[in-house]
Amino acid sequence: MESLTLITLSVITAATPLLFAATGELVTEKSGVLNLGVEGMMIMGAVTGFGVGVITGNPFVGVLAGTAAGAAMAGLFAFLTLGLLANQVATGLALTIFGIGLSALVGKGFVGVTVNAMQRIEIPILTDIPVLGPILFGQDPLVYFSFILLGATAFVIRKTRVGLILRAVGDNHDAAHAIGYSVVLVRSLAVLFGGACCGLAGAYLSLVYTPLWAENMTAGRGWIALALVVFATWRPGRLILGAYLFGGITILQLHAQGAGWGVPSQIMSMLPYIATIVVLVVISGDKAKIRLNAPAALGKIFHPAR
Amino acid sequence: MQNFTRRHTMLSLAGLAAGAAMTAALTAAPQTALAQDLKVGFVYVGPVSDHGWTFRHDEGRKAIEEKFGDRVSTTFVESVDEGADAERVITQLASTGHGLIFTTSFGYMNPTVKVASQFPDVKFEHATGYKRADNVSTYSGRFYEGRYVIGQIAAKMSETGVAGYVASFPIPEVVRGINSFLLGMRSVNPEATVKVVWVNSWYDPGKEADAAKALMDQGADIITQHTDSPAPLQTAAERGVLGFGQASDMIQFAPETQMTAIIDDWGPYYVARTQAVLDGTWESSDTWDGLAPGMAVMAPYTNIPDDVAAMAAQTVADIKSGAVHPFQGPITDQAGNVVVEEGAVLDDGALLTMDYYVEGVDGVLPN
Repeated sequence: MESLTLITLSVITAATPLLFAATGELVTEKSGVLNLGVEGMMIMGAVTGFGVGVITGNPFVGVLAGTAAGAAMAGLFAFLTLGLLANQVATGLALTIFGIGLSALVGKGFVGVTVNAMQRIEIPILTDIPVLGPILFGQDPLVYFSFILLGATAFVIRKTRVGLILRAVGDNHDAAHAIGYSVVLVRSLAVLFGGACCGLAGAYLSLVYTPLWAENMTAGRGWIALALVVFATWRPGRLILGAYLFGGITILQLHAQGAGWGVPSQIMSMLPYIATIVVLVVISGDKAKIRLNAPAALGKIFHPAR
Repeated sequence: MQNFTRRHTMLSLAGLAAGAAMTAALTAAPQTALAQDLKVGFVYVGPVSDHGWTFRHDEGRKAIEEKFGDRVSTTFVESVDEGADAERVITQLASTGHGLIFTTSFGYMNPTVKVASQFPDVKFEHATGYKRADNVSTYSGRFYEGRYVIGQIAAKMSETGVAGYVASFPIPEVVRGINSFLLGMRSVNPEATVKVVWVNSWYDPGKEADAAKALMDQGADIITQHTDSPAPLQTAAERGVLGFGQASDMIQFAPETQMTAIIDDWGPYYVARTQAVLDGTWESSDTWDGLAPGMAVMAPYTNIPDDVAAMAAQTVADIKSGAVHPFQGPITDQAGNVVVEEGAVLDDGALLTMDYYVEGVDGVLPN
């Protein structure tokens, strides 16, 4: 039973950064903007969060700084795609390449430095409950925040006027514009929110997951987060399923190796990606369901008619 | 010194232009008015900041700069993929006046040999490979000797008798290290075992940390690694489990966790080979040095009792003198076949092609 607890803990840490980044990207895409720069925003969040964490000695300040750095990168994206009407796909890819390079430059001084990692919460008695105690009551604060953030996002999108405006802009920007909403403003805010979440995901990597700065340490997790949004068919509830499925397979394949199952490790390493592709294929089979939730104006550039 | 990262070389024209401008600016300065004798190029698989494998090669490069000063200039290209990209980068170095090029990862073997055939006047040095040519040497460290030593320390310090090994790719070099580590463990505790998790990457801190966690969850109370980041050691530190540094001294990441580290010391070799090119005495050769010549060095022993440190120091001395060989028979593989009889040692050929686990490794080797 103890090992089950430990495995679950590892799965949660692996899934949390994916959940943050995917939540952010979901909101961005709901507003009709496709930002492929998730990886770039995450890595900038990671380096900034780590750097500020080292300088101030406070991981919480680091997390805030990482979040701000992600938002700043998103601000650049918003300026280019919403202000200057640049192509979203090309700009997003450029943002990723730019972020990876810039983070390596910024992070040069932080290589090999150690930081105060964010500690897990310890609630007396509750955390000591066998199996469930450490899982439910012994996480680091950001894990709880990831669930709060996702719940709040789901609520806002589904049940509030703000969410309705966001969806209206994402589904038909011309109509939203015609009835008087500022498409560019709504989209800019959504993009900034997405960037902040990605920055937070990056800071989680460098301050909690592995408390160190290493070049290119996001190692493709931003792309997984992007895939998770499609996997979830733009529904927040399914994001949790996707993130934990992906995190779970990643961790379980390592355990399977340690336990001496005779499965080639190369195949094991592919499993999470194969699972993602399989689910994408299965989901894509039902076009109607996708259309129900996918933002109709996703990736389309908005030219105000007047 | 010029530094092209892979990303920069993607914009190779811009990079070359900038490099040329920089060189021009330097040669215009009076202190470099002396004709430069040699340009030495380095191709790295990771970032120089990895604090492991690539970091140590870069220390070797710095040793050249320090030794030869203005006579020799060096260039490095970091984070070069072990695929088609490597061939392009090596060609670029060879065609920009570098007389000696070190390619520092196993995966560069074929690209190095291929480019070398097109540049017969350029000398190439490939680390950890086995393909040579008139202008291609190979060199490597017998780091498995160090792994035998840390295996002994692990067996002494472990309570469960189970060590966890975070491994990169199932190639002979890594398999040899695992076997040597286990044989070291078993020389102290005949019941000891090692569990292995392959992450299929040289450098992915997140995945390395997850692998270390998985190993500890399954009862390993000592963590060692053949991947390049300090993440496994750090993860061990979080749980209060002891471990070893890889390729360089990682004590600053885990001051209360690292017991020692196997340090790669390429400097003396790099200086000697550069000298040979300058003297015109360079010849294609195969170098495989271990603890005795100092290509592998043990970091200071920390967090272990004095008697364990003394045992380790004695083993190092015995390996240096030849009294102890990590692959001393009798050794049986997992299937129970005797690979070395009692009284014999495995020869270098067998070591270089090792593709099996010895008895006692817990797990199945992926092939």
